[in-house]
Amino acid sequence: MKNRTKIPNMFLIIILVIMYLPILVIIVYSFNASKISTVWEGVSLRWYQELFRDRSMMEAVRNSLILAGLSCINAAIIGTMAAVGMMRISWKSKGMIAYFSTIPIMIPEIILGMVFMVFFSFLGLPFGMVTLVLAHTAFCIPYVFTMVRSRLIGMDVSLEEAARDLGAGEIKVFFTITLPLIAPAIVSGMLLSFAMSFDDVVISIFVTGATTNTLPVKIYTQMKNGVSPEINALSTIMLLGTILVIGGSEVIRRKR
Amino acid sequence: MKAPVCDKEIGKTGEIVLIEEVVLELRKIEKRFKENSVLKGISLKVEKGEFITFLGSSGCGKTTTLRIIAGLETPDSGEVFINGICVNQLAPEKRNVNTVFQNYALFPHMNVFENIAYGLKIKKLEKKEIQRKVTDALELIQLGGYEKRIPSELSGGQKQRVAIARAIVNNPQVLLLDEPLGALDLQLRRQMQLELKKLQKQLGITFIYITHDQEEAINMSNRIVIMRDGRLEQIGTPDEIYNHPETSYVAQFVGNANILKGKIHRIEEEFLEAKLAGEVTKLILSDTKNLTKEVGSPIVLAIRSEVVEFSQEKKENSLSAIVLEKSFAGGMLRMVLQLSDGSELIASRHGIDAPYEPGEQIYCYWKPEQAVIVKET
Amino acid sequence: MKGIKKNRAWLLVIPFYFYTIIFVILPLAYMILLSFLRRAEIWGVTKEFTLDNYKNIFEPVYLNTFVESLKLALLCTTFIVFLGYPFGYFMAKLSEKWKNRVVTLLMIPFWTSALIRMYGWIIIFRSNGLMDRFFMAIHLTEKPLRLLYTYPAVVVGMIYALLPFMILSVYSSVEKLDWSLIEAARDLGASSVHAFFTITLKLTMPGLLSGIVLTFIPSMGLFFVADILGGNKIVLVGNLIQEQLMKARNWPFAAALSVVLTILTSLILTLYRKVAKVRELEGLF
Repeated sequence: MKNRTKIPNMFLIIILVIMYLPILVIIVYSFNASKISTVWEGVSLRWYQELFRDRSMMEAVRNSLILAGLSCINAAIIGTMAAVGMMRISWKSKGMIAYFSTIPIMIPEIILGMVFMVFFSFLGLPFGMVTLVLAHTAFCIPYVFTMVRSRLIGMDVSLEEAARDLGAGEIKVFFTITLPLIAPAIVSGMLLSFAMSFDDVVISIFVTGATTNTLPVKIYTQMKNGVSPEINALSTIMLLGTILVIGGSEVIRRKR
Repeated sequence: MKAPVCDKEIGKTGEIVLIEEVVLELRKIEKRFKENSVLKGISLKVEKGEFITFLGSSGCGKTTTLRIIAGLETPDSGEVFINGICVNQLAPEKRNVNTVFQNYALFPHMNVFENIAYGLKIKKLEKKEIQRKVTDALELIQLGGYEKRIPSELSGGQKQRVAIARAIVNNPQVLLLDEPLGALDLQLRRQMQLELKKLQKQLGITFIYITHDQEEAINMSNRIVIMRDGRLEQIGTPDEIYNHPETSYVAQFVGNANILKGKIHRIEEEFLEAKLAGEVTKLILSDTKNLTKEVGSPIVLAIRSEVVEFSQEKKENSLSAIVLEKSFAGGMLRMVLQLSDGSELIASRHGIDAPYEPGEQIYCYWKPEQAVIVKET
Repeated sequence: MKGIKKNRAWLLVIPFYFYTIIFVILPLAYMILLSFLRRAEIWGVTKEFTLDNYKNIFEPVYLNTFVESLKLALLCTTFIVFLGYPFGYFMAKLSEKWKNRVVTLLMIPFWTSALIRMYGWIIIFRSNGLMDRFFMAIHLTEKPLRLLYTYPAVVVGMIYALLPFMILSVYSSVEKLDWSLIEAARDLGASSVHAFFTITLKLTMPGLLSGIVLTFIPSMGLFFVADILGGNKIVLVGNLIQEQLMKARNWPFAAALSVVLTILTSLILTLYRKVAKVRELEGLF
């Protein structure tokens, strides 16, 4: 019996180790004093200092945070409203529109990027934060919409009915019953949207302007033209952020 | 879909036209879902303080009727009156009617106190008042001290009580209960039946209760409404429904009665004789409602299984039968008998002494007044 | 809920309809239109209708790119199936405590920038990098392998980027499995292998299929992986589109390539829906 469980466990461990390998490498090298990543010259915080002094890098971080923040808020508003509304209307077109709305996360990112690029230039929109937010919102909406919708479908209809039965009007029912119950779905949809937007390089490359750099675009350009070890430091910080967010949400989930 | 507008004279002015005693009236309610006609003209008056039960198998339309009263569904035609006022156009939150839902529908994100206080908060009652009412309601359902629990921490029976408290705390004119005990086990169900009945007497609220369990209906109700296929089959007191079913469906559904078909053999002043399976049996004429008074015309009899007696010897009014099967369940002996024309008859009685074995030839009989003439449906 | 008053719920869906029409349907329509137009001499497009862009795709050099992309996608997806399915399966059989831990462990790389993770591989793969030195230290090889900017490096990168999708998809499907069915099969005389293939695999097929879709489709378009780990040596459809768009400035041709890739994608999705008999991608959320 023991050997039987050992093989699966070994398999899980090996894959997980390989998965974490590049991440660990980055963390370790972020403390490397040397400029060349193949040489180890001892522990140093040099790259962290340089990172915070690098104004263009800091601006890219700021841009990415603004972009991801705006996109996920837009998506949360539009997506949640739509999911709630869709439950209450019986238009024939609603299935069709719901299908089209998910296209941005179904087709390869490159196509979405290229489509937005040609379309925005056709409209004559100036490339920059506006085009970025418009494009990112488009692929964030389906995350929120689908999550909230499936939550609503799984929700017991009689809860809303009970609230009305107890005297609550439609709007009151929404704010006291429906919204609290779908809130977890909205939050996880927003988190996923934020991560996808913050992480996105493919679409951003196509719709960003010459002066607006997002972090992934900047890293990508650097990777093609020679990387500064600052990236290691930045990655380590971002990783820390990710772990904090995941750990935090895990703690909240456990408490419930 | 728009709710049908109420009768011109009554609806628009909201004028009270009915006697005070009638708290709820349904008039010719019809409802269809797509192609499916669910309610085919339901008319009923419910008096104040009554405990009335809708009894029927699933799909008979009883839940739809309840939802129409609550305002959660709109009838295609017909009117609902509460206290003499047509409420067709009234949203559920505006009706002074509360529902105890089948699956309880307790709000999972609120604790017991918040659940019960929900309706009161909406009415903008003072905090102290809410506190007092909720505490009283919890006392009433014997869950004092459970204020802070959340629904997922409660047992089925406790959830049920909270759902009831949440509804009655609003002091509704009519309380609608949709199979409230359906999810509980038998023992708890019996206990809750008693408690509910007591609660209803104590509060004097009109209860409209839905169930598919005839025992529950008989134990609790002042009146029972038997529903079948979107129509009312019979309305009456438990005694009327049980002892004097009007139709073969009611006899079978409520009393598990045997339905035997025969012909009228002889008609006298106080009794008649029927020919069943080629043999003659005597009936006392208690009511002649469903009787076609002609010799030779067909007749349908309902005979409950527990009134069927049997013996080895031929007796007056007895029919010859062969024992097909016997079984025991819940301290009852149940025998399936076959009459000489091939029709089957079920006999049951308390105790487990079973003197007859399958295949044996016996005679079965019943007291003449215990066979009821019913309409075949 | 059907209220008495006819609701105003349609107001809620208006922004969604608006956004989907303006920023999804119209752009896609524009892409299709563009793919039938002739490119202008220097910059932009003319209003001339042409099928040349589609004819162009059939030129060997471009057709080859398509074939190569599909081959790579197929190769990566195969690897991902054989790594991801057992992982998801074993994971679902862990105790509740460990299940949650492994899910959390998976989430961290999943939520970490793909670019950054790729960069980790660069450090590992580069010539005289960690891997070369490790292999030489244990005398597995004599001289540096120079894995960076090779085909295997791209394959590893793709697998690495997409494996979590497969794992989570399979996991959520296996999680839902009613294990008593397997016990019933064993009880009826099936061997554990037979029970696996006739019961477990069949019932978790939706998860596996959605995992395949979730890995196959992006793997055709992840041009940056090929770019970063493959140098400029490996050209996939994604790279080709990017090149036509940004460098050659031949938008109509890029549009035609995208249309073909979109059709290919929708074919796969349609096939998936037919086979798996579901509407949404299971396990995605």
